[in-house]
Amino acid sequence: MPGYLQVYEMSMMNFSVVTSQFWSLLLAGVAIGFIYVLISLGYTMVYGVLRLINFANSEIFMVGTFAAIIVSRNFFGYGDTSDTIHGFKLYYTLAACLIAAMLMSGVTAVIVELVAYRRLRAKGTNRLASLISAIGTSIVLSEGARILTHSRPLANPRLLDKFFVFNLGSVGFRIDIIIVIVSAALLFFAVDRFVNKTLLGKAIRAVSMSEDTSRLMGINLNRVISATFFIGGLMTGAAAFLYDLVFENTKFNIGFNLGLAAFTAAVLGGIGNLRGAFFGGLTLGLIEVFASAIFGAQWQSVTVFVVLVLVLLFKPNGLFGEAIQQSRV
Amino acid sequence: MANLRNLNLRDRGAEIWENWNRPKRTAFVFVILGLVVLLPYAGAFSFTSILNTPTASYQAVLVYPVGMYVLMALGLNIVVGKSGLLDLGYVAFFAIGAYTAAVLGTRTGLNIWEILPIGMGLAMLSGVLLGLPTLRLRGDYLAIVTLGFGEIVRIVAINTPATGGPNGIGGVPNPPSILGQKFNLDNLQGYFWIVVVMILLVIWMIRRFSARRPGRAWEAIRQDEDVAMLMGVPVLRYKIWSFSIGAAVGGAAGVIFAAKSAFVAPDMFTFNISVLILSCVVFGGMGNIWGVILGSTILAYLPERIRFISNARQLVFGLALVVIMNVRPDGLLPRKKREKITAKGATK
Repeated sequence: MPGYLQVYEMSMMNFSVVTSQFWSLLLAGVAIGFIYVLISLGYTMVYGVLRLINFANSEIFMVGTFAAIIVSRNFFGYGDTSDTIHGFKLYYTLAACLIAAMLMSGVTAVIVELVAYRRLRAKGTNRLASLISAIGTSIVLSEGARILTHSRPLANPRLLDKFFVFNLGSVGFRIDIIIVIVSAALLFFAVDRFVNKTLLGKAIRAVSMSEDTSRLMGINLNRVISATFFIGGLMTGAAAFLYDLVFENTKFNIGFNLGLAAFTAAVLGGIGNLRGAFFGGLTLGLIEVFASAIFGAQWQSVTVFVVLVLVLLFKPNGLFGEAIQQSRV
Repeated sequence: MANLRNLNLRDRGAEIWENWNRPKRTAFVFVILGLVVLLPYAGAFSFTSILNTPTASYQAVLVYPVGMYVLMALGLNIVVGKSGLLDLGYVAFFAIGAYTAAVLGTRTGLNIWEILPIGMGLAMLSGVLLGLPTLRLRGDYLAIVTLGFGEIVRIVAINTPATGGPNGIGGVPNPPSILGQKFNLDNLQGYFWIVVVMILLVIWMIRRFSARRPGRAWEAIRQDEDVAMLMGVPVLRYKIWSFSIGAAVGGAAGVIFAAKSAFVAPDMFTFNISVLILSCVVFGGMGNIWGVILGSTILAYLPERIRFISNARQLVFGLALVVIMNVRPDGLLPRKKREKITAKGATK
């Protein structure tokens, strides 16, 4: 992970870092964990209704990171040398970027569903076909972005003056980290309420329990599935905006590692389980940050992968499995 | 359009083949083999020089990508086509084979032919190790774990001093000559012929397997895993076999690749390669050897021949995956339909 995490001195097997910087690492882990929580909602909700992995979710995230940056660069006209802005102007700029990222990702997710899943579902082909067409869509998205950006990274203009809001002991709470934690927690809470309290949420839960029965109950299956993709996409887009805010740049292949990590988080918490995704995301964020402090940042994705394999080996239903039946998507 | 969709070249071809007598079949096989063996020289004749590739040398293209892709696609076909397991990190086994050749070839006195079984063995072993935790679960987990594994092997290669880090390993020795045929950059046709021999061996292996117990087990697993398990097929064991045999073929391709290019680096083993090989299998027709060969030949050769595709190559392949799955999920040459076989069995 570029930027923020590399502030810490890292070398092979450096355990002293963990003791000396325990609280800062904890905060960094929670922050990245919250980003994973939002992305893994895109996996877990789709898995809940379709029992299929949304392979393109990593690219839905990538599209969101570009959307947020493009709005602030091309629509508001900020550049790499722009000064930080304050007050009302800052609020509406950030809000516009957030909404753009969320909408762009949400719409992309719905299109992915239309292109990669719907036709095949109507034909009743096997799972392999859907997996392959989803991975195809994901490649088309990332390669399209690569060709459009000429493989170059795109930097997010720093509009937010990143000051330390307060210090607790040796740990400085930077403003962007606070924004990430607060807004991700709010968004997660909103989705949880939405799925558990609204009519559409009830429909989503019904479809996840039994597709056939819910169709008999008069639920429009295609609409519910589209809505699920859209909500998952919205959350992934919000994660993309928050990622831009903290790490300040993006690239066409950014989705790969983050997507794998978020998927691992979803599996860790029990895929298809909303609250599982929350705990899975936070746990994975912490594991990742501490592991990269100990082993070095270059091994970060290896850690994630090892966690994934270990979870699948010992607890394939995830830490929470199907225990929280109520909040199953 | 409907007509095009129902067009089954595979069955049409099989019909013609079945109506031939033995000498006719033998003659046909030898003619095709002869043409394939002569392919490296096709660039030199005026009337076949249209095959020449604009930038890379034609003979080099025949070995990599064309020959290698056919070989790897056949290996992946055992996993994806025969037993219906989606492996998105096939490049990992290719990389393991290539790095085995590079490390052992430069550090020890072993020559490439001696390394070949070691590379295949290591690839197979990693296939088993990766398969054990994941093959017990649903197919989608396997897909994402292999996706991660492909990338992990590359990251490990970048960060391990023994594999030369990001710079890779150079100076992989040329294989010693066989029957007077030298293997070096001036004799690329040698590599091509070796790859052809390996492809023939793999075809023979797949055909043998398909006709016997493992082939039937894979077919049953592919069609319905639960039913297969109820019928007493040891599902996990046959899945691991399929996965590791596919891995061994990938490893073999890797060893030959390292010997041919004399140099391996982590950049050569990106996720893109896995996607390319998967596209080859899907495009040609999952589960059908001839379809896979045709598909991978087309997908490997065309971007080299037509330069403007090469930048957007990945994009085109991604699109191909989506379109093929939506329009013609069985690929160019679909597999033989089960119904036909039972019908034939009934008449006998």
